[in-house]
Amino acid sequence: MIYKNNITPALFDQLTEAGNIGAGNAATSLSAILGKKIEMKVPSVKMVSFDEMIDLAGGPEKEVAGIFLRIDGEIKGSMFFILSLPQAEACVRLMTDNPSFSIYTTPLSKIGFSALQEIGNILSGSYLSAFSDFTGISLFPTVPSLCIDMAGAIISQGLFEVSQAGDQAIVIDTVLSSIGKKEILSIEAQFFVLPDPDSYDRLFESLREIQ
Amino acid sequence: MISIKHQVIKVGIGDLKTVTAPSRISTAGLGSCVAVILYHPSLKTAGLIHIMLPDSSLSRTQSYNPGKFADTGIKELIERLGFPPSRLRAKIAGGAQMFQYESFEDTMRIGPRNIDAVRIQLQLFQIPITGEDVGGCSGRTIEFDPSSCKLYIRTIKVGESII
Repeated sequence: MIYKNNITPALFDQLTEAGNIGAGNAATSLSAILGKKIEMKVPSVKMVSFDEMIDLAGGPEKEVAGIFLRIDGEIKGSMFFILSLPQAEACVRLMTDNPSFSIYTTPLSKIGFSALQEIGNILSGSYLSAFSDFTGISLFPTVPSLCIDMAGAIISQGLFEVSQAGDQAIVIDTVLSSIGKKEILSIEAQFFVLPDPDSYDRLFESLREIQ
Repeated sequence: MISIKHQVIKVGIGDLKTVTAPSRISTAGLGSCVAVILYHPSLKTAGLIHIMLPDSSLSRTQSYNPGKFADTGIKELIERLGFPPSRLRAKIAGGAQMFQYESFEDTMRIGPRNIDAVRIQLQLFQIPITGEDVGGCSGRTIEFDPSSCKLYIRTIKVGESII
């Protein structure tokens, strides 16, 4: 694989910084939506196998709420926003001001569905606009789609592009969490950004320019 | 449902492995991917592939993991098992459509395309499909027991079934 040799640790650091700025912006948005203080861990950029990628989200069988969207524009890629079920439920409760909302009802209520989809929409928008400002690459999100199921089943859908180009993927992994005392409604959410391998050249070229 | 008495061989995404009774073989979190189990009913030996993509012509690299594609995966698994294809039987599961959204059409159609590709390959080797649980919109975890030739399927939304 060509990109293995061309990517220097310094470029990985740049990509981490881009992820940092994107996630920072998303954390601010999440904090505004939920009315809670949100902090983020420093993102990690990794080259991972597909099994490792699914393990990052908690393992293939873990039941999660996953919001998936495609990144379009000068570079393409996939983006995931993953919440555990109790945390997805807490988010919807805070957003809709309905403390009795349950994520475990099937089918999921319309309001729950659109609240989660909207979180995905806002967070991905703020992540990508900051990412775009930093890298100078124009990109925009497609409409997000929500699925509540096994993490393996959700994430493998987003591996369609990368799996054609090799057995590994570059992933920018960020965790956002609410801070403060041991609250009942604590939030921890995970972001994954997976650039399509066809876009690696364009992405790293821009990162080299700002080095 | 899933017995823990016996050793269970786990197959990762895009991978393939074989097993002989009393051990079992399983793969977790199948979405649009399709798992194909090829088994020899009387010799109680089986193999499982966790296929991600329909055809190796989609690969943009020279070397790749054969288990990732329907065409190369099924061929490789038959070779690994080492039995004539006419003695083998198949069970398949997976190929779901996890997200309902039209704008990423290619990505979304991957489940049905994987199922079609698997059927074509199995037909090519004239291996009959003795059981299947494909399509839908649920993730699946499966476990095959080569001694009973039963396939145990677990989904979050629908529950457990045996084929």
